Amino acid sequence: MSRPIVIENASLYGDTTASLLIEDGVITKVADAIEAPEGATVIDAEGLVALPGLVDLHTHLREPGREDAETIETGSRAAARGGWTAVFAMANTNPVADTAGVVEQVWSRGREIGLADVFPVGAVTVGLKGEHLSEMGAMAHSKAQVRLFSDDGVCVYDPVIMRRALEYVKTFDGAVVQHAQDLRLTEGSQMHEGEVSAELGLAGWPAVAEESIVARDALLAEHVGSRVHVQHLSTAGSVEIIRWAKARGINVTAEATPHHLLLTDESARTYDPLFKVNPPLRTQSDVDALRAAVADGTIDVIATDHAPHPAEDKDCEWAAASFGMLGLETALGVVQKALVDTGALTWRDVARLMSETPARIGKVDDRHGRPLAEGEPANITLVDPQHAWTVDGAQLASRASNTPYGGMELPGRAVATLLRGVPTHLSPRFEGAFA
Amino acid sequence: MRHLLSTKDLSRDDAILILDTAAQMAATQEREVRKLPTLRGKTVVNLFFEDSTRTRISFEAAAKRLSADVINFSAKGSSVSKGESLKDTALTLQAMGADAVVVRHWASGAAYQLAHGGWLHGSVLNAGDGTHQHPTQSLLDAFTMRRHLVSDPTGADLAGLTVAIVGDVLHSRVARSNVHLLHTLGAKVVLVAPATLVPVGIEPWPCDVVHTLDEAIEAYDIDALMMLRVQRERMTGGGSAFFPSPAEYTRLFGLDGDRMRRLPDHAIVMHPGPMNRGLEISAEAADSDRSVIVEQVANGVAVRMAALYLLLAGEEGAQ
Repeated sequence: MSRPIVIENASLYGDTTASLLIEDGVITKVADAIEAPEGATVIDAEGLVALPGLVDLHTHLREPGREDAETIETGSRAAARGGWTAVFAMANTNPVADTAGVVEQVWSRGREIGLADVFPVGAVTVGLKGEHLSEMGAMAHSKAQVRLFSDDGVCVYDPVIMRRALEYVKTFDGAVVQHAQDLRLTEGSQMHEGEVSAELGLAGWPAVAEESIVARDALLAEHVGSRVHVQHLSTAGSVEIIRWAKARGINVTAEATPHHLLLTDESARTYDPLFKVNPPLRTQSDVDALRAAVADGTIDVIATDHAPHPAEDKDCEWAAASFGMLGLETALGVVQKALVDTGALTWRDVARLMSETPARIGKVDDRHGRPLAEGEPANITLVDPQHAWTVDGAQLASRASNTPYGGMELPGRAVATLLRGVPTHLSPRFEGAFA
Repeated sequence: MRHLLSTKDLSRDDAILILDTAAQMAATQEREVRKLPTLRGKTVVNLFFEDSTRTRISFEAAAKRLSADVINFSAKGSSVSKGESLKDTALTLQAMGADAVVVRHWASGAAYQLAHGGWLHGSVLNAGDGTHQHPTQSLLDAFTMRRHLVSDPTGADLAGLTVAIVGDVLHSRVARSNVHLLHTLGAKVVLVAPATLVPVGIEPWPCDVVHTLDEAIEAYDIDALMMLRVQRERMTGGGSAFFPSPAEYTRLFGLDGDRMRRLPDHAIVMHPGPMNRGLEISAEAADSDRSVIVEQVANGVAVRMAALYLLLAGEEGAQ
């Protein structure tokens, strides 16, 4: 078996200093001080925050089909470097992940690479076309054991199909994960509809196009007694609707992305398509509302919506460019900058938002998002909150380099990631210990 | 001034310098030999990603009368249709040694990207980008207004004038350019449009908005009335049309002889062209002696000469 690992003097969840002993992929001891067993690798974690391995509920790995943007391998490496031990891979690949065959292929390729657990998300409708339900049962019962279904990239727009999907996933305790976007209200849309779009002459993507679908789906989930997870919440109005739905007892959860928690529509003034994303960057008051909702628990999860695109799809006119931005490697630093360093969140909150709750929503909480405690799987992320770094798209592990944070300094980053006790990412300072 | 991308970037002094220079250019155009040697040896590229014969020949005439070498580059298609990308086109022009690139593009922001993408070193002159800006159009509009409505135009701005702009503000780069420029020059701007054709987020714009032409004529002492072209596709989008019918548009927003006669006697009628006669403007209004529409075209050449001159010839005064 692999050598034991001792992590010395880590700050668990940022509040309790302790050492951890890891043997055979399991945390076997948590104590003030641990004497390293014979042959153990010792990591000095003084000043580092230990979190349960992060779980990204929203990743695009692009394989199969767009291996020029990302592969399961490069995306897994980016995930590991960002502190993620599990990622949920969206279904909008080519072919679409709408059959057991495709989801099993993605799942097994993820296992082969072994840098992160890759959990495929199945498509709700065949080919993401919004017309016929995909064989969700077959995907649920496949080796990939799919529990989350999403047409992400497009909205499940037809209310009848959405209702049927919400009902159908109850069969296997699944959830529908919705990209909330009224398609008619957003035909040709380029950016948030407001003062900046009015001035720049870019077609607007109105907040109401998201909010109306969020409201509809919350009501549908209530009506049929199912659960719905709303992706990338971007507006203050959506926050209000989720808050209302939760107060009413509706089984709805919601996520926000790091970029919607930090950036605003003002960045479109550069006409740089690196800032083009769907849903679009909104206004500062939306950012403020999202931050408050993350802090008060209205928003359950922070997920990346990591969306790699090759340079030619971004180095062009804004209107011709693809929507989406990288996020896996920068998420932790952005969350620290926007929420931890501002006092809105503790690291314990970060563990909840980026590991425990996403694992529970994705039905993998038997393996991920577990406590840092004896007998638990050793999925651990060590964060150095003092390790400031400047983002450079070319230096990221993803095959694509479309980060909106290029040149920005982030205050911290993951310096070690362990998946079942195996290091999947080590910053250079620890490489010696494992040599 | 290195580029001319948006009227929002122009200070009052910049704008007046362009207008005064244009007046000097216009004076030279009344001579027997109209060609000036000013830009001899300079290369101006007209880069048109969107058809616009009128704008292209106006820039072409302006550059040629300043003795520049002119290359017309029609780059229809785009990265959308997997034709040559904006970046590759820019690199090609850079390799050819363009001193100035006059760009017309269907995408908002394309001129800004050309100027700031690091792809080429020459000056970029925005000849219309998507629904964003068309600065030389608004400069020629301001020039035309100043000539007709300001008694001692040289060095003057447009303070005290009221300009109404009527039509599809939402999709109009002419309206956006004019709102900023006319405001900078001290004029009051009134936009007249159905609410469907007014952008959401217009509140910070330095202008008033009213929703029928009759109301505008009632409520304001209009010195210049600018009619915008209505694009056919705005009325034929099925459930997405912006107004119910061409007839209703004409009833509420069209300029006919009757409405024209209710304007103050000195008011001028403008249109950036090409006109839809019978839709936004009647033949009677278009052809009346208040109409300065043909003169706008002539002034366009003088204003574009001024812009090219100021971008390419540096600080020396016009000869």
